[in-house]
Amino acid sequence: MTHIVAAVRKAYAARKIRRRNRSILGDISLTTFLAIFGIFSVWPLVFVINNAFKPLTEIFIFPPRLFVQNPTLTNFQDLAIILGNSWVPITRYIFNTVFITVVGTVGTVIISSMAAFPLAKYTFPGSRFMSKLIVYSLMFNGTVTALPNYLIMSKLQLIDTYWAVVLPSIGSTLGLFLMQNFMVQVPTQLIEAAKMDGASEFRIFWTVMMPLSRSAWITLIILSFQALWGTTGGGFIFTEKLKPVSYALSQIVNAGVARTGVASAVTLIMLTVPILVFIISQSNVIQTMATTGIKE
Amino acid sequence: MLTSLKTKANGGKPTHAHNIWKEHREKYLLILPFAILFIVFTVIPVLTSIIISFTSFNMLEMPSFVGFRNYINLMVNDDVFLIAVKNTLFFALITGPISYIMCFVFSWLINELTPKVRAFMTLVFYAPSISGNAYLIWKLIFSSDMYGYANAWLLNFGFTSEPILWFDTKEYVFPILIIVQLWLSLGVSFLAFVAGLQNVDRTLYEAGSIDGIRNRWQELWYITLPSMRPQLLFGAVMQITSSLSVSQISIELAGFPSVEYSGHTILTHLHDYGFLRYEMGYASAIATMLFFIMVFTNIIVQKALRKVGS
Repeated sequence: MTHIVAAVRKAYAARKIRRRNRSILGDISLTTFLAIFGIFSVWPLVFVINNAFKPLTEIFIFPPRLFVQNPTLTNFQDLAIILGNSWVPITRYIFNTVFITVVGTVGTVIISSMAAFPLAKYTFPGSRFMSKLIVYSLMFNGTVTALPNYLIMSKLQLIDTYWAVVLPSIGSTLGLFLMQNFMVQVPTQLIEAAKMDGASEFRIFWTVMMPLSRSAWITLIILSFQALWGTTGGGFIFTEKLKPVSYALSQIVNAGVARTGVASAVTLIMLTVPILVFIISQSNVIQTMATTGIKE
Repeated sequence: MLTSLKTKANGGKPTHAHNIWKEHREKYLLILPFAILFIVFTVIPVLTSIIISFTSFNMLEMPSFVGFRNYINLMVNDDVFLIAVKNTLFFALITGPISYIMCFVFSWLINELTPKVRAFMTLVFYAPSISGNAYLIWKLIFSSDMYGYANAWLLNFGFTSEPILWFDTKEYVFPILIIVQLWLSLGVSFLAFVAGLQNVDRTLYEAGSIDGIRNRWQELWYITLPSMRPQLLFGAVMQITSSLSVSQISIELAGFPSVEYSGHTILTHLHDYGFLRYEMGYASAIATMLFFIMVFTNIIVQKALRKVGS
């Protein structure tokens, strides 16, 4: 152990790293801890990636292997052939998903942030009641509300349109609750100052609140995107031409054992987009990091 | 809107309501778009479900009012529901606190890293949550034949001579579900913590150092945790709701019904009555019970969290 500590101390000295209130022994043990749990956390993802490139013979091999021996693109080629035969072109499914995801995510971020601002920073008649309602509504399970929801949608003639998926997701409380908890931290003095300059609440929202809660709404983009990207439109969208891509792909996978290889290719493709969105938005959070945190 | 009606009812003075509207008009307008969607797609369906819970409703005939009969049946006559409650509470008692602490500890450790490594590690820990149904991989790991990873390893190293029937053995189901749930638990709260840590005012650490803070643990307790109180409250609500509403992983991994109800939870019970037996009144009563369990847990946890850093 002492050898390791000495080695780390030397490496730190060479790179001129000195950190306040941090012991080297603490650094070592915490890094080890992170690494162990990191592997535990990420390895099924490694598995998904490897599986997508395995030929059928390797998928059913015993004893099972994590890493692919003879990588092949067969699974992807098979998928392309199946998609080529589909009577609704795959591009149409992709368009449906992109429309639902983009409109839903942009709508969620703007509309729930707008509502979160007054609830976080002011008390006015009804504000406490509304905040309570929002927290408690998170706790009512969605499975039994599906039926009343369907009835409302059909009354509003939303069934079999994109809006049946988009509007409820904008009206869901998770985004508002998240934004509200971050906006509480924006210093009240900044809002007061903006008011002195004659800014309206709308202007304060857009020029003070949104820039200062950037890390929160970037997180919200990830969450909302992820939820909508995976939607199958089940129960609300029936016309084949309006169905999202994850529905089309799940139909392919459901065809049985013979599609196991294709299924792993599908899993990987569906995963790639949310992961890309995640990486792009997370690196944006980190850029804002260069400036310091919110100051009182 | 809602509030102005309320003040009218309270004060009976329309001028008062008018004054409130005049003073807070912009705030209400900011809330309005969300409020409409929220009321239409969340509040009304939830209230309808609560009303349905007092009826007998099979989705074919009109619901008929039965008072508290569903609730009485649940608590007095339904032995399986009691198993479900016991399993759910036990499950939540283990996974809830552990997952909450995990979310915080990992986000806190990640926050110490350089920006690029931090982004990478965030993805690593968030991977199970972003992977959709990647948890089905655990089905493969604990597959009952010798193709399952766990069995293959155990056989290879000679720990066992024949494959273990993981999900058909009562003793294994619950621990495996706990592992999978914990593996999945670095989700919304984890991301909120990662973002929240970046909002902490850095100059507080310098000031703290002058005031005699000597190590990372003191820094954590006296500066970081108090600065993150809103995120901690947010994370608590999220972990409470997710650890009490386990159903999908149980149904997918342990099957439904699971062997001797070993993986049966309140939500799988709800699933049973809502989707297999179409007894919506009873299913709604189960949802309402779960709701009150969550509200009650939330009140206790929020009280405890107020003490952090004080």
